[in-house]
Parts: sequence; structure tokens; C-alpha cells
Amino acid sequence: MKQIKQWLQTYSLFLIFTLIIFILLEYLVRSELIPAFIIPAPTSVITSIIENWKPLFLEHLPATLLEFLIGFVIAVVGGVGLAVGMFFSKIVEKTLYPAVLISQMIPIIALSPIFVLWFGYTIWSKVAVTVLISFFPIVVGTYDGLKSSDKEYIELLRSMGATRMSIFKKLNIPMAMPSFFSGLKLAIVYALVGATIGEWLGASEGLGYYSRRMSGNLNSEGVFAAITILTLLGILMFALISLIEKRVLKWKYTD
Amino acid sequence: MTLVLKNVSYTFRNEANQKNKVISDLNMEVRNGDFVSLIGKSGTGKSTILKLITGLLKQDEGEILINGKAITLGDVGYMPQRDLLLPWRTIIENIMIASEIQKDLQITKDEARSWLDRVGLLAYENALPDQLSGGMRQRAAFLRALLTGKDLLLLDEPFGALDALTKKDMQTWLLSIWQELNKTILFITHDLEEACFLSDRILLLHLDKTLDDIPVNLSRPRHPEMLHEMELITLRHNLEKRIAHETN
Repeated sequence: MKQIKQWLQTYSLFLIFTLIIFILLEYLVRSELIPAFIIPAPTSVITSIIENWKPLFLEHLPATLLEFLIGFVIAVVGGVGLAVGMFFSKIVEKTLYPAVLISQMIPIIALSPIFVLWFGYTIWSKVAVTVLISFFPIVVGTYDGLKSSDKEYIELLRSMGATRMSIFKKLNIPMAMPSFFSGLKLAIVYALVGATIGEWLGASEGLGYYSRRMSGNLNSEGVFAAITILTLLGILMFALISLIEKRVLKWKYTD
Repeated sequence: MTLVLKNVSYTFRNEANQKNKVISDLNMEVRNGDFVSLIGKSGTGKSTILKLITGLLKQDEGEILINGKAITLGDVGYMPQRDLLLPWRTIIENIMIASEIQKDLQITKDEARSWLDRVGLLAYENALPDQLSGGMRQRAAFLRALLTGKDLLLLDEPFGALDALTKKDMQTWLLSIWQELNKTILFITHDLEEACFLSDRILLLHLDKTLDDIPVNLSRPRHPEMLHEMELITLRHNLEKRIAHETN
């Protein structure tokens, strides 16, 4: 009960604002001040989701989820691995850190067709976009977190005879956790964007593919139905990571 | 336990490789069970001496010996000025960290608990450091140094950040623990009254890198009332004069 009250206190203004926007949109579309093919009425989007729930939730959503999850897991494992490698080895850092930075300068939309060339219309072209887009915040978040350990803490542990590995486990890893989770929260949202972009540029299923197909049919309700599900999925994933973060970093959230 | 520094010199090099001789030809001895304070103006190298004794820094010349053997990392208990309790660990986990690092050091949870009880922190064994007051945190940090199991404890301005009343309580508390345990303490402070009240000897470091060894002839055990005794006041004035003289 207390948690619900706290949640309402935090988000009530946003909920009221969203409700006002929905009512306003509904009115503008219903009174034909805005054509429905530009922005559909929120109730039409909900109706579209209900009418098409089978293909949306049983066909396209699982496809997007699979690409997203595979891509995200690869990005997390690879990103953390690279960050740890750069933390322990100056050579690895000097060789690969610029490459990580440059990878973010590449316009993903321009690169995606290349992935289609490499991997065809398989799941892997979408996974590749997902990895590329979500890799960066994980690497940077983890690496910066690992480097953030205060010199005085390191000296204290060394004065007790701690080895480098012992300092890594007892100090560097816990110290890196807040920064790692910040990166993870960004990455999980980016991963969903990556999977959707990948589907836009070449797929036969998935919510990105569905919204592109609906766009081609000038079915704005269908486009917004896919966008709504993707948005809700993004919020859900973000909330999930936030929940894990609060469990893992209990010390940070204890009053 | 006897700590001996023989002709120790240390030169600090910055990133531009500019050299600054911080310690020069230093000789000192701390005997078993002594409470010795190291005082001196900022920049005389007090903290550097402590880091050399911990083994965190390596002297350029000379020897640092404990019981005749060259010092290595992990040979002493060290308490820095900031308590440096790890914020994600509970108090009991913080004070037991040395036993996780040093495989040959066996400290059981019950032993750690009994120590917490003795310093009035048992009710906080599962609390996080942020939930404790400044004085409590310093007591926990002291226990962490104590539970390294080493005979020599190096305390670098441990009460520097505390308010005057808490500081007085902590000084009395530290003396009672020290008297009970027969540990050897090397204590850095800027507070001359604190140095006089706590110590058997005061080592005064000068800016010219020389060292005065000044005995404190106050009886033991010491009580806060002794802060008003003429002998302590006179000694503090003498120290003040010596240090003030250095600025001229």
C-alpha cells in the first residue's frame, strides 16, 4: 500500500499530463481537426491492438523479443568482457577504446543494409544492429565504473596485503555496479530500438516489420499499435533493470 | 614488536618527473607497547612516513624493520584519516575484511561480534556505514585495523574530522582499548593537546627533515581531567613554540 502511494506521488503528475494529451488527441481527431491518418485517436489504436492481438502478440512480439534478447545478452557479455579487458590491460584499452567510440559515430541506419548483405534476412542481421547500438553504454558504463575506485580505498586494501585480483573482487566490481547499471538501463532501451531498426530495414516478422507494413498501407492505427507495444515493452524492460538494480544495490537505496 | 627506521629517504616524483625529497635520512624507533605520536607542520612528510611503514611506498634508501625483518605489505594495521568503510558492506563485513584478504588470519563472526559489543556497535552489526554517526564510523574503522591482527597500528589523523566533544570521547576510548590490548600505536595528529594526552613519546618532524623525540612524562592511566594539568599544558606550549618557531 505504501509503495503504491509512493508510486502515485512520483508519477501522478505525469499520468495526469498523459491523460490530458490522450483526451485532447481524441477530441482533435474525432472532431476532424487532425486527419486520422496523421495521428490516430488513442481509442482507435487500442481497438487496433485488440482486433489484431493474435498477429501482434503471438507472431510479431515474440520475433522482436527474441532478436532483442539475443542482441542484448551478446552486448552485455561482450561489453562487460571488453570493459574488464581494458581495465586490466593498457594495450587492450589503447587498441580498442577508440574503436568502441568510433562504432558510435557510424550511422546505424546506413550500416544496417550491410548487415542484411552479410547475414541475409535471418535473425542475425537484426541481432547485429541490436548489439552495435546497445554495446556502447555497457562498455563505457562498466569501464568508467571499474576505474572509479578511489585511490585511498585501494591503498587501504593493499596495506592489508590484498592482491590485484582481491582488490578487483572486493572493491572494483562493487564500486562499478552503479555505473554498470546506468549503462545497462540505457542499453536495454537502445537494444529495443536496435531490433526495431533492424526489422525496418529487412525482415519478415517483428513489430518493426509490422509497423513498416502498416505504414505502407497508410494504416496509422496499425503503426501506432506496434509503437505502443514497443514503448510498453521498453518501459517494462527499463523497470525490470531498475528493480534488479535496487535489489543488487540495496546499500545505495537504503535510507 | 619493535619498529625501526634506519637512514630512510624518500623522494616524490611527479608526472613531469620533478623530484621532491620528502624524507631525508630519517631514523626513529617505536618500541613494543608504545603510544607514539608523530606531529609536525603540513608538508613535513608525516603521512608519507606512515605509507612507507605500511609498505605502500618504497623508500629510496635505508631500511624499515619490524622485529629486525624488512617490512612488507600486510605487516601492520592501518587506519587512514577517512574511515573508508565500504558503503555496500555491513559494519561486521567491513571490520572482517582483512580476514577475507589474508588467508592465514582467522577471525570468526563471533569474535567480530564480541568486538563490536565492546565498542558499543553490536546493535549496528548489520547496519550500513551511512547509517552510523562519525564517531561510530571511526570506531568501526579502528576495529577493522585492529582485526588485521597486527601488533603495530598506524593511525593517520583518525579523529581529525570529528567534532570536539566526540573527539574527546574517542581519545579516552582509544586509550582504554590500547591499554587493554598492549598494542603499539603510531599516531599522526595536528592536535598538540591530543598528542600530549595520548602519547608516551612525541616525534616532532621539522621542515628541515630532522626529528625531535620528546618524552611525555604524564602518568598512566590518563583521564580527561589531566588535560588541565600544568605538565600537559606546559608541554603543549613548548611544542607550539617549537612549531611556531619553524614558520619564522
